[in-house]
Amino acid sequence: MAKSLLFPEFKVVRDENRCIACQVCVRQCANDVHIYDEEDDQVYSQEETCVGCQRCVTLCPTRALEVTKKEAGMRPNANWSINHLRNLYKQAETGGVLLTGMGCSEDYPIYWDHLLLNASQVTNPSIDPLREPIEIKTFLGRKEEFLDTDWEEEPPVLKTQLAPQLELSVPIMFSAMSYGSISYNAFRSLAEAAQEIGTFCNSGEGGLHPDFYLFGGNIIVQVASGRFGVHPGYLRAAAAVEIKIGQGAKPGIGGHLPGEKVSPDVSRTRKIPVGSDAISPAPHHDIYSIEDLERLILAIKEATNYKKPVSVKIAAVHNVAAIASGVVRAGADIVAIDGIRGGTGAAPQVIRDNVGIPIELALAQVDERLRREGIRHRASLVIAGGIRSSSDIIKAIALGADAVYIGTAALVALGCHLCQKCYTGKCNWGIATQDPYLTKRLNPNIGKRRLVALLHAWSAEIKEMLGGMGVNALESLRGNREHLRAVGLSREEREILGVKAAGEGW
Amino acid sequence: MREDFYVPSGCAVAGILNQDGKRISGEAIIRSIAVMHERSNGLGGGFAAYGIYPEFSDLYAFHLLYDKESKESEVEEILKKKFSIERVEAIPVRKSKEIGDHPLFKRYFLRFKGEKAQEEDEVVQMVMDINSRVEGAYVISSGKNMGIFKGIGYPEDIGRFFRLEEYEAYCWIAHGRFPTNSVGWWGGAHPFGLLSWSVVHNGEISSYGINRRYLQNFGYFCNLQTDTEVIAYLVDLLMRKHHLPLPYLKAALASPFWSDIEDMDEPEKSFYRAMRITYGGALLNGPFSIIVGFEGGMLGMVDRIKLRPMVAGWREETFYLASEECALREISPELDRLVPFQGGETIWGKLGEKVNYGQELAFSGV
Repeated sequence: MAKSLLFPEFKVVRDENRCIACQVCVRQCANDVHIYDEEDDQVYSQEETCVGCQRCVTLCPTRALEVTKKEAGMRPNANWSINHLRNLYKQAETGGVLLTGMGCSEDYPIYWDHLLLNASQVTNPSIDPLREPIEIKTFLGRKEEFLDTDWEEEPPVLKTQLAPQLELSVPIMFSAMSYGSISYNAFRSLAEAAQEIGTFCNSGEGGLHPDFYLFGGNIIVQVASGRFGVHPGYLRAAAAVEIKIGQGAKPGIGGHLPGEKVSPDVSRTRKIPVGSDAISPAPHHDIYSIEDLERLILAIKEATNYKKPVSVKIAAVHNVAAIASGVVRAGADIVAIDGIRGGTGAAPQVIRDNVGIPIELALAQVDERLRREGIRHRASLVIAGGIRSSSDIIKAIALGADAVYIGTAALVALGCHLCQKCYTGKCNWGIATQDPYLTKRLNPNIGKRRLVALLHAWSAEIKEMLGGMGVNALESLRGNREHLRAVGLSREEREILGVKAAGEGW
Repeated sequence: MREDFYVPSGCAVAGILNQDGKRISGEAIIRSIAVMHERSNGLGGGFAAYGIYPEFSDLYAFHLLYDKESKESEVEEILKKKFSIERVEAIPVRKSKEIGDHPLFKRYFLRFKGEKAQEEDEVVQMVMDINSRVEGAYVISSGKNMGIFKGIGYPEDIGRFFRLEEYEAYCWIAHGRFPTNSVGWWGGAHPFGLLSWSVVHNGEISSYGINRRYLQNFGYFCNLQTDTEVIAYLVDLLMRKHHLPLPYLKAALASPFWSDIEDMDEPEKSFYRAMRITYGGALLNGPFSIIVGFEGGMLGMVDRIKLRPMVAGWREETFYLASEECALREISPELDRLVPFQGGETIWGKLGEKVNYGQELAFSGV
């Protein structure tokens, strides 16, 4: 075969004065970048296969390694970017759809970075979270418009029975990441952290490994178009059930777990043969309209005795507000919306980078639409897709979200360096792989501790920001866009977000 | 003249209720609020008075503020669609050097013509319609046998401007305002009223943005850009539409902390939990002390961590509320009881009822 025209993306720089040829890098790299030459007693690098995951750099005991982006020597061209050229060479060589992992990395506007928060001064005292309670407890599920109550009794007797609710001690959950796309240890870290914090993780479309039934009280199980691993026990084990219609990284197409990652254990959990690609269809083959979705929601409610909230996850697409309204009217208790920057274990790059809309705009429009239709209380709104920090979360809440899902951020806490190669099954950090040699690198106890620490840190920051705004309960910020102001946005964008320009008062 | 911006304010509030229903002149409430002169800055004062129109007690008494006199006929045409106008008169005022230019005030005594069952909803709708559609006219009170009098100036000057010493009411509520920027509009002063509710408020509602959107779900549209307006509408929604009795108003508006709910026994625990889950959008946040006037009584409430002052006092059959104790002592030097509010507490009094002292502490103190 002719030599590939692809040029290395990364440059591996080894300081020979520091390198002691200990071969840590050789053992750590699943992409075989580092090669030990016994005769020379030296380690060499072949950078063609380097993905820039920084595993070797992090673990090198003498700090002899540096991996940097390799500047391609071609003449700069604004139209024909290096990425376009690489993709052209790759496709000319393979004739295939290009896969990628993680969320869209294109330079679309990130609206969180154009929104600023309010704080109290003089007329309204800020509240100090070290001295006063600041409440961020959150309930997800359908809310009543009013409570039918016998007020004559003491205490009053409720005649209305509340719809089932998920109780979150923080308004943050872990996004759907299946066992299969991520390792057993990664899933375990998420489940244990969710349990310790008092929130939820999501099984994704991968069924539930028998060991994880223990954590069912903190797991939302997914029913996606492939129906992998779905059976009555699976539904019953969970705290809630989520019907996955779409995913922000790949709206309009189905899921894809490459056969490389279908290990014997994954095969048992998903009920598919070892080594076979798990391809879920683009639509659910029993959902071709909103009425069909209503049937499935009802079927799941029947199967779970109306004891569990049913969530419906959709990707943020152009008409998302009307779609969300239909989903609420179809009986969803929670609507999860995943924006264009939402992550994935595997997706066609062309879809990931070109389909969907930013979550901020989708959220603002959905919340407003549901309110205008008077049905906002009938479902909670959970948003996902590139949430990076506690400030993104608090801005999302002020725009109208009840809670957020974090996926990528949680994986980064576990060690992910965003190399976007999840689909290869060669994750050197032991997260997005099923190779036992790699998965043991992630210790679930340490993973859990890191996730718990992250949520503690974010809770503390959220409380600081809330207190600063003079708000001591999260529900008073939820949908309260008066606490947001926009910088550097057009009038049209501000109108879509429902946020005033910075400098405008109340 | 109406400004489209929100005005944060610090303020003084005071209220007097004679629980035997004996009507007293406005002199006492003016003296009481005047003591707290320093809490106002001359940019807003107002009063609500209950029991002032006994001869028209079955009619709605609409107080209209006209920035533009030309709007009178337009408003009257709207009123006539649903009501017969039994009597119209200018609200008498007294010229003074303290109060300069002022809008025209008129009162209408109205008899509802439609279905009895829809009566109150129709009144609310009419108030919303006039206030949002007719520029230059504003309904400042719309209850029965009660009225709101308010404007720009110190409250004691506003009281004398409206000749309140000539009215007799069993319940008086007053407000002195300290806005941090001038509204320049008389309708922006407190109290804020809808039907027979009136609200005076010291503080700033930091949950305003969501309270306003929550209310839109139920057909209430805030067009004044003041946080006091949302309190009035929330009280109307909760008490009139959702039938919450007075003692449970705080379960929605100043809900107990989750940690306190956790510590409750069943069935209280489930009740408060359900209330909080359901009424999250109605929770009032930020610093406030509020007096809510209603037909037959008044209620005081402070925010959950008591960021604004309020005391309640009792002397024989009279129940007092005020931002400061001095306002009570001014008109009733001797008090049977005096109770400072605790965070999230409500204390109320009603006509003909045994006095309600609020905290148990109050009993032990006697």
